[in-house]
Amino acid sequence: MTSLTEKDKARIRAFWDKISPRAEDIGTDALARMLIVYPQTKTYFAHWKDQSPTSDSAKKHGITVMGGVGFAVSKLDNIKEGLLNLSELHAFTLRVDPANFKIISHCIMVVMAIMFPQDFTPQVHVSMDKFLACLALALAEKYR
Amino acid sequence: MVEWTEQERSTINKIFGSLNYDDIGPKALRRCLIVYPWCLKYFGDFGATHNAEAIQKNDKIAKHGIVVLHGLDLALKNMDCIKATYAKLSVLHSEKLHVDPDNFKLLSDCLAIEIASLMKSDFTPDVQASFQKFLAVVVSALGKQYH
Repeated sequence: MTSLTEKDKARIRAFWDKISPRAEDIGTDALARMLIVYPQTKTYFAHWKDQSPTSDSAKKHGITVMGGVGFAVSKLDNIKEGLLNLSELHAFTLRVDPANFKIISHCIMVVMAIMFPQDFTPQVHVSMDKFLACLALALAEKYR
Repeated sequence: MVEWTEQERSTINKIFGSLNYDDIGPKALRRCLIVYPWCLKYFGDFGATHNAEAIQKNDKIAKHGIVVLHGLDLALKNMDCIKATYAKLSVLHSEKLHVDPDNFKLLSDCLAIEIASLMKSDFTPDVQASFQKFLAVVVSALGKQYH
């Protein structure tokens, strides 16, 4: 898998600076979108009392996920090591099929395009896509 | 056969009905070639494509983006038999153009991002679901004649 160039990291940090005030909104919208557009993802949330995409559980989880993304931005120079704890969580407890990381990544980027259409240029998009792919790899690191 | 609700038909037709093909076609293809540069494999004789700036300035790519986007009109007019409608195009992409069908999904994701940028908050989760369902059916049909 590709690693992030210095240019990628600069773009990600600059874009994140711009969007981080709205990180919670991005997270809740992306999570809701994922549950609606890819209903198979609901299987991971059978334990929620309220399964609807706009429930408090869903909103809270969107914020949690986006918090993880923000944390990864702070560990950009060594994502794999920085995310060791989250990796163990996903490997031994959550066991999310890695195919779903692509799905939530796509939904996050759709929301970025909606909220920041001028800033989410193709150049920013490619760096963000690479970053989210690295993040997904780091999360699946301990799976097997 | 794919089943479409009235809501889905209406959503999809509305998106394409108000679309500026000359604007979105080039944008979607350019985004695809910048974000997924291995897709450039199929654009060897399109002139300068060595970096994002070259891709964005390239007239041939812009023109081709419009052609590709209009390719979706076929599916729009034949929503109840997309697979049959795209049989010839599928053969073309397989036997003449030799395009790896995995690339169709990449372009369709970039198109979704462009439509999201355009429609902003009108690109609700339900609208996204309908639009992506339509694109997924087209992508599947285009891959059907690969043997």
